[in-house]
Amino acid sequence: MILPYALLFFLGCIAVALVLNLWRLFTAPTVTDRILVLDTMTVNAIALVVAFGIWAGTGLYLEIAVLFALTGFVGTVAYCKYLLRGSIIE
Amino acid sequence: MRRLFPHPYLTLTLVILWFLLVNQWKLGSLVLALMLGTVIPLVTSAWWPDRPRVKRPFGLAAYAVLVLWDVIVANFQVARIVLFMPRDRIRSNWISVPLDLTSPEAISLLAGTITMTPGTLTADMSACGRALLVHALHAPDPDAVRDDIKARYESRLKRIFE
Amino acid sequence: MTPLLPLLLDFLLATVLIGGGIFALVGSYGLLRLPRPMQRLHAPTKATTIGVGAALFVSALDLAGQGQISWQEILITLFLLLTAPISALFLAKTLILRGEADPDLPATGTGTPWATLGSEHRDP
Repeated sequence: MILPYALLFFLGCIAVALVLNLWRLFTAPTVTDRILVLDTMTVNAIALVVAFGIWAGTGLYLEIAVLFALTGFVGTVAYCKYLLRGSIIE
Repeated sequence: MRRLFPHPYLTLTLVILWFLLVNQWKLGSLVLALMLGTVIPLVTSAWWPDRPRVKRPFGLAAYAVLVLWDVIVANFQVARIVLFMPRDRIRSNWISVPLDLTSPEAISLLAGTITMTPGTLTADMSACGRALLVHALHAPDPDAVRDDIKARYESRLKRIFE
Repeated sequence: MTPLLPLLLDFLLATVLIGGGIFALVGSYGLLRLPRPMQRLHAPTKATTIGVGAALFVSALDLAGQGQISWQEILITLFLLLTAPISALFLAKTLILRGEADPDLPATGTGTPWATLGSEHRDP
């Protein structure tokens, strides 16, 4: 009964969080900060997808969340590795 | 047998992970999972020369519960600092934690635990692998944090792995 | 089935969702508010993870309540719990190497330098 309202609240929170992240992405002082922001955005996007899956009442959206979780992490590590070593695959 | 399955636990983990991924019970999935579970440990065994030894698997489960609880508490503390503490009053500190653990698995587990729990974050390791560099978000007393990490997590991991 | 049990479950799930949403928001807000790069690393690694954790928890119980059991929530939770410390470690190493972290690193106490700054540059 109150779950749909809580879900709306959650979706709103994540949406605001993503806007804050975008703002930080444009105003970030360093490259490392931008990587951190992108990582946070990935995690927030996973939350958004999962919450939308609850809203739609199906487990299908979880597949997208799995893919996001897998690729987002690899992306973060690849960016960091590039800054750390100058190349990604040695 | 030993040469076909260099890491039986890794094979088992891969099979379970594959079933979590495909999310349904089918014989075809089991065949594919077993194939992956055999091939991946064989191909990557050059990078895992030693088998990780866990002396007390049940201790590991109890440890996971403790860490999960601490993660939830950690979030309340970090949220309070982020929201209400004036910026110039946040005392961030570097802490050097000397390690008693020697097994690589135990050290990586400790590093992960430190990152997930109250206001601390593993930042680096010494070149010889005998100390961890930890950054604390708000720690007026760095020595207390170091002692807390050693007493609460490292001693438990030492009992589980060594 | 008493009508009390679904009601309690509804309240529990709603509470978890609201808490998770607030934490996710706090994590992203901390990214904007905290002044120094190493401090900014703290907020998202923890607060955001619990936001996703809440959503996954609710998703698992809600779908189970409708009769579809999905195991993928466990997979995502496990994966996020395993990878969050690793990306945080990589980001911290990048900050240290590029000199954007607070420079007053303590001594290792073992006679060797920290791995990121050492001359023999090894993987973590």
